Amino acid sequence: MTTVIIDYDAGNLRSVQRACAEVGLEAVISADAAAVARAERVIFPGVGAAGSAMRSLKVRGLDRALESIYRAGTPLLGICLGLQISFDHSEENDTTTLGLLPGRVVRFRLDDPALKIPHMGWNEVRVVRAHPVLAGIRPGDEFYFVHAYYPVPADSRLVLAETEYEGTFACALGHRNYVATQFHPEKSGRVGLDLLARFAAWDGSWEHATC
Amino acid sequence: MLSKRLIACLDVRDGKLAKSVKFVDTKDIGDPVAKAREYYEDGLDELVFYDITASSDRRRIMLDVVEAVAAQVFIPLSVGGGVRSVADATDLRLAGAEKINVNTAAVERPALIAECADAIGNQNVVLSMDIRRVERCAALPSGYEIVIHGGRTPMNIDALAWALEGEHLGAGELVVNSIDADGTREGYEIELTRMLADAVRIPVIASGGAGTPAHLEEVLTDGHADAALIASMVHYGEYTVSGIKRYLHARGIKMRMSW
Repeated sequence: MTTVIIDYDAGNLRSVQRACAEVGLEAVISADAAAVARAERVIFPGVGAAGSAMRSLKVRGLDRALESIYRAGTPLLGICLGLQISFDHSEENDTTTLGLLPGRVVRFRLDDPALKIPHMGWNEVRVVRAHPVLAGIRPGDEFYFVHAYYPVPADSRLVLAETEYEGTFACALGHRNYVATQFHPEKSGRVGLDLLARFAAWDGSWEHATC
Repeated sequence: MLSKRLIACLDVRDGKLAKSVKFVDTKDIGDPVAKAREYYEDGLDELVFYDITASSDRRRIMLDVVEAVAAQVFIPLSVGGGVRSVADATDLRLAGAEKINVNTAAVERPALIAECADAIGNQNVVLSMDIRRVERCAALPSGYEIVIHGGRTPMNIDALAWALEGEHLGAGELVVNSIDADGTREGYEIELTRMLADAVRIPVIASGGAGTPAHLEEVLTDGHADAALIASMVHYGEYTVSGIKRYLHARGIKMRMSW
């Protein structure tokens, strides 16, 4: 039972690995497309810029590996930049991204000068659509965010949870065997560890609620 | 809505906790890993380790501390003290630090901020500023001056100008540490914190002078700070992390209250 954390030179993968270990999910960090394709569970984390991240993925063939595991039904967890570059396009570096999820990623345009960029710190995650990986998040639970861009999915049925920062944005999304969070479960204390534990137990099956 | 953050700072010397008063007379107060775990379990939002070790093998000792803490504390972890190069920053990141604080070395060579931002991302570069109040003059129009080397060396650099330059160079966050207030436990320097928080678009962490929960309330409201840093208030058991958070929450400040 191999869980692979995808290594594409995008941030602190070991903190994800450590948090997984804390909940009993032993994960290996790998940049090898074949290892990703063979994995039984994949975490696609990342911190950094969309442009360089896409280049690193392509050089290693990880873009195709991600597509193939997504099609194969492998449980997949995207985090932060991993979530962002899973959409069609990111405003950051005007980058064409993986296109696993329909939609785009845009920068916060905050009119209120008191609101800081990036959106950094703890904020409430409000679940709007039931999903096995988000089950157990209670009203008022906060997760740790650090980001200047946020996802705008083309299909609102992808939205699993929302957060307020000037306006409302989608902070967790899901489609089939892919669940993705804008926040960092690995840095979100107990509620984040609980989310990782639920991902570790998830078989990857989920259908949209009827809508 | 984003919560205000409560951040505890642990000064580490030779792998042990120390707390300085006005940057002199440091004394050991225990094991940093155990303290970090205790605060984490009590609802702390973020941890800062500041390495004040003087010995030459400081890096290995600090990396071991960071590694041990990162294995059991799952909130953002920030490390500073003696970061002089991108290599220092990336070593600390690999050991488990989320954010890297630069201070003296960035004043001496501002390009360090941009280099670290390129290497580890803007949001992970914290510009930590030690600041003292001075008479306003042509070189120091804000009336606040940057000092380095742990508060010993005044630089004749204006604090407001340096904050703006740091933001421009790519710092993702500022620590505003008043050395006049540091260790006094008489409250944060509100005017300084507000001036810098209003001038930049990045988050500002207030530091230096916290003695009671009311001081935190003041700096998070009147001081316009995004986060408040504490040390001795909790290190000696006088207050607890959760108690301070409950106080602030009861005063209407948005805090993370479930953990």
